[in-house]
Amino acid sequence: MSDNILKIRDLSVNYQTDRGKLKALRNIDLDISRGSIVGVVGESGCGKSTLITSIIRQLDANADIPNGSIEFEKQDLLKLSLDKMRNISGTQLSIVFQDPMSTLNPVLSIGRQMIDIQYRDKTSKKIKKQRSIDMLNKVGIPDPQSQLKQYPHELSGGMQQRVSIAMALQAGPSLLIADEPTTALDATLEVQILKLLKELQVEMGCSILFVSHHLGVIAELCDHVIVMYAGEIVEQGSTYEIFNNPAHPYTVKLLECDPASISKKQRLLPSIPGEIPDLTNLSGGCIFKNRCDQSIDRCDKQTPKWNEFSNNHYVSCHLIES
Amino acid sequence: MNNILSIKNLRVRFRTKSPFQAMLQKIDDPFIDAVRKVSLDIKQGETFTLVGESGSGKSTLALATAGLLTAKEGQIKFMNEDVTNMTPSQIMAYRKKISFIWQNSIGSLSPRMSVGSLITEGYKIHNLKDRDLKMEADRLLKLVGLPTNIKERYAHELSGGQARRVGVARAIALDPKLIIADEPTAGLDVSVQGEILNLLNKLRDDLGVSLFVITHNLNIVRHISDRTAVMYLGRFVEQGQTDDIFAKPRHPYTLALLSANLTPYQKTSLENRIELTGEVPSLMDRPNGCEFHTRCPFSSKHCDNEFPPIHTFNNHQILTCHYPLN
Amino acid sequence: MKGVIKKISSDPLGLIGLCLVTLMVISALGAPIFAPYDPIQLNIMERLQGPSVNHLLGTDQLGRDLFSRVLFGGQVALKVAFLTIGLALIVGIVLGLIAGYGPAWLDNSIMLLFDTIRSVPTIMLALAAVTVVGPSITTVIFVVAVSSIPNYGRIVRTQTLTIKSKDFVKAEKLMGASLLRILSIHLLPNILGPLLILASMDIPTVIALEAGLSFLGMGVKPPTPSWGSILNDGFSLIRNTPWPIIAGSIPLVLATLGFTFLGESLRDLLDPKLRKLL
Repeated sequence: MSDNILKIRDLSVNYQTDRGKLKALRNIDLDISRGSIVGVVGESGCGKSTLITSIIRQLDANADIPNGSIEFEKQDLLKLSLDKMRNISGTQLSIVFQDPMSTLNPVLSIGRQMIDIQYRDKTSKKIKKQRSIDMLNKVGIPDPQSQLKQYPHELSGGMQQRVSIAMALQAGPSLLIADEPTTALDATLEVQILKLLKELQVEMGCSILFVSHHLGVIAELCDHVIVMYAGEIVEQGSTYEIFNNPAHPYTVKLLECDPASISKKQRLLPSIPGEIPDLTNLSGGCIFKNRCDQSIDRCDKQTPKWNEFSNNHYVSCHLIES
Repeated sequence: MNNILSIKNLRVRFRTKSPFQAMLQKIDDPFIDAVRKVSLDIKQGETFTLVGESGSGKSTLALATAGLLTAKEGQIKFMNEDVTNMTPSQIMAYRKKISFIWQNSIGSLSPRMSVGSLITEGYKIHNLKDRDLKMEADRLLKLVGLPTNIKERYAHELSGGQARRVGVARAIALDPKLIIADEPTAGLDVSVQGEILNLLNKLRDDLGVSLFVITHNLNIVRHISDRTAVMYLGRFVEQGQTDDIFAKPRHPYTLALLSANLTPYQKTSLENRIELTGEVPSLMDRPNGCEFHTRCPFSSKHCDNEFPPIHTFNNHQILTCHYPLN
Repeated sequence: MKGVIKKISSDPLGLIGLCLVTLMVISALGAPIFAPYDPIQLNIMERLQGPSVNHLLGTDQLGRDLFSRVLFGGQVALKVAFLTIGLALIVGIVLGLIAGYGPAWLDNSIMLLFDTIRSVPTIMLALAAVTVVGPSITTVIFVVAVSSIPNYGRIVRTQTLTIKSKDFVKAEKLMGASLLRILSIHLLPNILGPLLILASMDIPTVIALEAGLSFLGMGVKPPTPSWGSILNDGFSLIRNTPWPIIAGSIPLVLATLGFTFLGESLRDLLDPKLRKLL
């Protein structure tokens, strides 16, 4: 892990709410090595969205970052001026959202938008247009020449998502952040988009940070998986290790709950009883202790440390310490 | 076993152009068929699931069954009574015997009403004055596993899982014979969806209701459903026992859906996974012949022009395809 | 209700608004008690006096005590405001619900009626009405109410259209709820909030309109005191004394500010994002 494109160290994010300080992220360490696809998986309230918005520096006004650094291509994004940040996001760093209509301007044609986002480049409009056509071709849009004249609402959901991927990749970013890009799509389209992302990643040589709650999608696409729970990373490792050899009790339970993991038909499906802890009022110790059926005394008092469970597979749990 | 619900050749259509527009633009048929010639039977105490992608007509079929949309053709029989042809008092009796669990769990709860009044509203609507509403509310909340002090809350103060349970409590309040559940796990976390499904299953076992579940989540279908139908462009392309459909899909579209169902574990026992290209055609522009031929990897000239015949396997697995898989 | 008042009090402008409105209501209702003189009693000996201990705001050209006239004028203003807005609200809600929930042809006819009313300026309507039936408080109320019906009706209609397609209305229909039940229990309460805010912000407009019409001699008949007629009387004497003008405009300004502040504070309060905190 020598060449990391993104290096997050000790990142915490708090939100100021009426009920007090909500600690949405706590001491996150995360590395993305160049050319890899890293998946972040977790349920609602785990802090996935906060993590993404803090990387692109679009946190809400009531958020603050008490500590931590986000190093991208050797510079700390949190210390950059907004001007410099704007230059990085959109060229070296881009993002694809769950709802493509939220990134596409409904009153401009696809072509106009694709040419507009190349405003940094001083070349002629003709070249920019050709580039847009090439890009649309790459994301598998049939007859791109005529599609440029279309407006976003004239395309289907799958096509819209392809266009937003094309726009995100146009500047040749070194890191693409994908925030549940296939959640709104039907299963047969989801497979198509995942395949496309994989092909483009190899072709353009970028890294992808892929966020999803869908275990199957993560397993299909990613090389490395990060499991988040209630604002902390609890386990990380290679996709194979996480799905075949999970170690953290939360990961184990989460995988058990997925009906896809149960090969024999059964009426009674497992679930994780209890709710995630109140992030405005944390009591210390392990974050999962109140829902964990193996918790021991130490879990109440001590925050678990990172332990290497197997090669490059890290778990934050007292039970793993040997 | 008796059929509680029996649908024959149901057709539901929507108007796309007003009569005036249609006249001006010389369109003979300003309608699209959202549900086309659908037939199904649901037996007492059975779970029937309907799977399909968005726009396949799943929800339209559900709403038509519940009587919120009127059918153009066909017949819906509920406990041997014709639903499409009822007097107002019969309709009220019908409303008591079927209930609906909505996909949008929070949005389907009236925002200015407390949970307590929401779940007991059915008693007021149907004038059941002998019920003690407070006691009924407590009983229902207990049945769905919610604390009784949640009665005072409003919809926007509930979590997704809680709102879903309140929806279930409301659905079982009047002891219905059939519960229609539209995407009962949509928007729920994996760790919570099991609880909701177990609850539905338990109610089915304890109260003997039939369940009509609509979902796109194949992983849960496998576990909760007795029989399954697969819908594409408003038609059933395949229906049969759930176990058989999952073990041996005969229609290429069913196989494609199963192939697209990504799981983190070893690939399902399907030897021949297939991937579809292209997108679902528009209902305004239905393909000729077999309506799936534009995306089917096995299609031939035959499929382009001729509507496929109906095949039956093992007496129950019904599908419409020229070349069923073996 | 207690919570609402507490919440408004925590907003400085809302608190000022609430105080001003309360002050106005109390002084108007209590005018017979607080007023030192009969507002229509003439006293030619003391005409056109400036403020003094005897006459807090001075007297007008007929020697009537201006302070007493302002208090009784408040009665007229409140009466006109509440009756007008109440009437417009009721008719607007009924027509708006019919337009939003009923068949398309009825919707179109009601909208046509609204647009027709809106195309006639209120003052023109008032002139016509006064010419036909003569000036009176009833005429003012009727004219202003009719011209504000479309504002409320349109909002009710749009809200009804939005809400009737929501899932919870469908859910109620599926349970067998009657039309009346859906309209009264599920639709109306969800529409009422924004409507009442709009109404409270319309009150100053109506008060000003009443004053304006009375100023033009189309409102309340003399000698009944109204803020508008006080201004009218003072207008011709502005070269002699400023006090009648000042006496007539102070309550007008305070009432306008009070109801506007209160309305804005209510709006912030009922904003969906803040509603959770109630």
